[in-house]
Amino acid sequence: MQDQPSAIELIEVVGEFIRNHAMPQLKGHTAFHALVAANALDIVKRELEIGPKAGDEEHRRLKALLGKDGSIDALNRELCAKIESGEMTLDTPGLREHLWETTLTKLAIDQPKYSGYRRALEEKA
Amino acid sequence: MSGENNPIAAPLAEVVQKHIPGATGIDALKRLSGGASQEIWSFDAVTPSGAVPLILRRAPGGFRDTGRSGTAVPLETEARLINLAAEVGVPVPPVRHVMTEEDGIGQGFIMDRIPGETLARKILRDEEFAEARPKLARQCGEVLARLHKVDKSKLPPLRVATGRDEVEQYFKTYKELDYPHPVFDLAFRWLRDNAPPDSTELTLVHGDFRNGNLMIGPEGLRAVLDWEIAHVGDPMADLSWICINPWRFGNIDMPVGGFGLREDLFAGYEAAGGGKVDPARIKFWEVLGTLKWGVMCMGMASAFLKGDRSVERATIGRRSSETEVDLMRLLAPLTGKEQ
Repeated sequence: MQDQPSAIELIEVVGEFIRNHAMPQLKGHTAFHALVAANALDIVKRELEIGPKAGDEEHRRLKALLGKDGSIDALNRELCAKIESGEMTLDTPGLREHLWETTLTKLAIDQPKYSGYRRALEEKA
Repeated sequence: MSGENNPIAAPLAEVVQKHIPGATGIDALKRLSGGASQEIWSFDAVTPSGAVPLILRRAPGGFRDTGRSGTAVPLETEARLINLAAEVGVPVPPVRHVMTEEDGIGQGFIMDRIPGETLARKILRDEEFAEARPKLARQCGEVLARLHKVDKSKLPPLRVATGRDEVEQYFKTYKELDYPHPVFDLAFRWLRDNAPPDSTELTLVHGDFRNGNLMIGPEGLRAVLDWEIAHVGDPMADLSWICINPWRFGNIDMPVGGFGLREDLFAGYEAAGGGKVDPARIKFWEVLGTLKWGVMCMGMASAFLKGDRSVERATIGRRSSETEVDLMRLLAPLTGKEQ
């Protein structure tokens, strides 16, 4: 077990440093890239918070959908091949739900402010 | 790089003196932006009656290779297309001179610098454009109708791409990028099953008609810019590309570029003689346009992993998931109502 502060807390404080202290001293493209960098740290923070459990759930769904074991990467590749060939479609039991669940998780980590994601959450409710 | 010490300043001044009536030299030369396939320079021609605002579009270092994965047209072709578009009433910056070998500047052309705004953030939010916004969708439709009517027999040699061709081109890129996106496979499958028939009539297509390439003034659309990926294709492609969610910049209920409604775009298109808008093909191109942006984001991630250490490029790689949610809303809607 690592000592305090946690990885998430470290990322938060670096993000605060960039936004509140570094950025105001920067100009033009460098200031813009500093903001992009702070946003990237936010992605990492959300991935640390959400990723492990959501990844396990995605892996479990993939095993159930494909009826076999394997790495999450290998099973995703196999799913792609079956969708591409038409062997699995939106009418295949569980596929639509799996794709929605996986997509919403990715957005919750990558870009929770994205308009399409927010609208999808409203439509799901 | 500023004007005075720039190696193109002297040859450009000479070209301007020869080809812009009354010009005695140039002033205020500055590089506006740079892409892989094009340089854009802003400058003024100095004349006794005042400064003439101009733009130089030039191949990087003077010579263009294949550009945007081989789809960019040569600059001479771009200039020719702008002239043809002007003839049918599409607002464009008039071309003043196309570079020849003796000009010593490489491939490029000089056109008028049209004042106005291209940044979506400002066009969609600033008070200055409040009166323009409600008119823009219809104007875009009218302009696209004219653009699609350019006489094909007058066109310079251009890439011809049907919907099916574009699906296969992007599928190949997706497979080469070699990272699994089940939602993208779902979209490719749907696109193959729903491609427009081969008998679809093809026209000149701008190819990148969207915020950023439209010069807007307080009164509305002033000019259509950036003709470098123009080709012959399905005219519905241009009507859909401006409607994909990334170009709405958060204004999700304003499908046309974040400023207008499809009904106005289509009404303008049909009223200006653009032919009947086909909802099935519109949806095909919206799905393909969304997917194209997703594959481009994957390309950014790949470029980053291959050594381009830009923090911006790295994070754009994480934006392909945005297109996945847009594709899911188009193909597997949660409301039971297709978007």
